[in-house]
Amino acid sequence: MDILAIWLGKLTLVLLRATGRRGTALPGLLVEKIFPAFLARRLSRLPGGVVVVTGTNGKTTTTKMLATVLSQKFRVLTNDTGGNFVRGTITAVLQQSDWLGRTPADIAVFELDEAHAVLFCQVHQPEHLLLLNVLRDQLDRFGEIDTTAQLLGKVAAQTSRHVVINRDDPRLVKLAAGLSAEVSYFGVVPGLRVLFPTDEEMYGGTVAISELPAAVELVSVELAMTTELSLRIGDSIEHLTLRAEGAHNAQNAAAAAALAVALGLDPATIASGLRAVEPAFGRGQSFDLDGRRVVLQLVKNPAGFRQSLRTIDGLSPAATVIAINDDYADGRDMSWLWDVDFAAGLSGHPSTHEAGDTPDAQQVKSGWLVTSGTRAADMAVRLQYDEIPTALVEPDLTDAVRQAVSHVKPGETVVVFSTYTAMWSLHRALLRMAGG
Amino acid sequence: MTSLTLVHLYPREMNIYGDTGNLLVLRKRLRWRGIDSTVVAVNVGDPLPTGADIVLGGGGQDAAQGEIGADFVSRRETLHAMADDGVVMLTICGTYQLLGHEFLTKDGRRIPGAGVLDVSTRGSDERLIGNNHIDTPWGTLVGFENHSGLTTLGPAVTPLGRTVARRGNNGTDLTEGAVRDNVFGTYLHGPVLAKSPAFADELLRRALLRRGHSAELEPLDDQLAHAAAAVAIGRPR
Ligand SMILES: [Zn+2]
Repeated sequence: MDILAIWLGKLTLVLLRATGRRGTALPGLLVEKIFPAFLARRLSRLPGGVVVVTGTNGKTTTTKMLATVLSQKFRVLTNDTGGNFVRGTITAVLQQSDWLGRTPADIAVFELDEAHAVLFCQVHQPEHLLLLNVLRDQLDRFGEIDTTAQLLGKVAAQTSRHVVINRDDPRLVKLAAGLSAEVSYFGVVPGLRVLFPTDEEMYGGTVAISELPAAVELVSVELAMTTELSLRIGDSIEHLTLRAEGAHNAQNAAAAAALAVALGLDPATIASGLRAVEPAFGRGQSFDLDGRRVVLQLVKNPAGFRQSLRTIDGLSPAATVIAINDDYADGRDMSWLWDVDFAAGLSGHPSTHEAGDTPDAQQVKSGWLVTSGTRAADMAVRLQYDEIPTALVEPDLTDAVRQAVSHVKPGETVVVFSTYTAMWSLHRALLRMAGG
Repeated sequence: MTSLTLVHLYPREMNIYGDTGNLLVLRKRLRWRGIDSTVVAVNVGDPLPTGADIVLGGGGQDAAQGEIGADFVSRRETLHAMADDGVVMLTICGTYQLLGHEFLTKDGRRIPGAGVLDVSTRGSDERLIGNNHIDTPWGTLVGFENHSGLTTLGPAVTPLGRTVARRGNNGTDLTEGAVRDNVFGTYLHGPVLAKSPAFADELLRRALLRRGHSAELEPLDDQLAHAAAAVAIGRPR
């Protein structure tokens, strides 16, 4: 009886909320244990089926974009709480079901990491799949990049109707061969390819231009306080302004648009949906603290960190905090910080590995710089070797942000780059501080 | 004016886990003392430069190891000559394994190595992964290991350091890494030299000594590295 599962799950959610906990896993876990067939049964009733969004970077933002675009035409079920694992999808179903046991939805859009996407297929074979990219992530957790691509290949093979692939990622393009589902692509125009390096290109390989036709193409992107971009959707060109900052979000918009095209939405509807998207948790969200703007940027891996560093150009911060934790969800291994070129990102002097590249202290674009989190000292060592001076090493996250805010003038901006668990603490602290 | 030549082995394929950072650490520590350096990248098929002072190699994807292995073995004579000549080599994980006699994969394939270090490696189902630190004559080395190959040492090398159970070369004999003359191998990523500045300077000292410079290296401000090492030592595996 699904209504029992829904009551159990919803009561657990109510209890968690009453005790001030955020857990998205527990209700899903309980229902999974006691009613193992619940999720499969609920999802099989969705007329539009399930869309899985996966890849190394951009899952959360792209899922949010796609859900917002689709909600203009469908009732959309989505795991927008950051629980990108199978239990998180159960919790999403529970949250969006009513106490009468109904789940009023036409289609589900789920963000799942590579390993959980494979597990999810054992519960429900997705109807649609959106493959974003394969880049090096927390390698201590996922093994290696070729293994990750294999995981995505398994998910693609089990997708029944349509797979949308990033044509600019050769590891993903290889997965298209032999799929039973229909395949289409999204991409960026050749002139913009250099903004979105693949793993090989990031380590010195030449930029490869794909000749595959794309259903949606990112034609132009301009970065300032907001992100202005043009997308070619089918035959029409749509101009729009995104509220989420950074070139990577423009690429994510192209990805979401391509999947929406596969579901039959027209270009104008897709563009108006993308204009309405709010920034996802920690992806360019901003807070007002005593008249200073604090902008949060989640960083998880070298490619994402490099993309996020580019937002510095538009934001012109007076102070910057880099918060690095090393819990399991952040990645225990600090090696990844050495795959980010901070000299290029923070001082505009590229190529840390060549001689004669000492950045002029006046030219450091980050402003007053603080490192924080459990690995604040590791981060400061990394910057030291890129000859970028750290003003303060403060492991306590709240203190670090307070110090940065008190160091800048009203109207100025503080950017906070933060790993996953540090982001959760900071987000809570900032809500408290901004609330007075 | 001295200038050291640093050789970076297979920068495209063997650069996983930030090992390229070791190159940056060495170059900056030279430059902060007014010593120039040049880097020569050696990819599959490229010649090894004559006059190399320091050779660096990192870890790589398993898939890349086969191709690199064949290229590595073709350089066997040159690498032996360089090691005998006192060239400083720091090899991490995958290149450490390739510098040994052989790598026996789980399915019984034998990938021959260059045999410069008297070590042999076999694949296993267990992955040794996590923060690790070892005591060596050059202080505590702090890094992060991540490997499934298990390495045993022969009589012609000494361990780089001592570790605790279930870590290091093979998880059982409490050794980590291997040394012979100026050739070092280790499983510590991190990059290892970032939080182990005394070891970084030992490599530079040996390279400079070989060029006839016996002067002490000017001390640098390594407070941040020591702080970072202390934190890392206290973190869970
Ligand atoms: Zn390794």
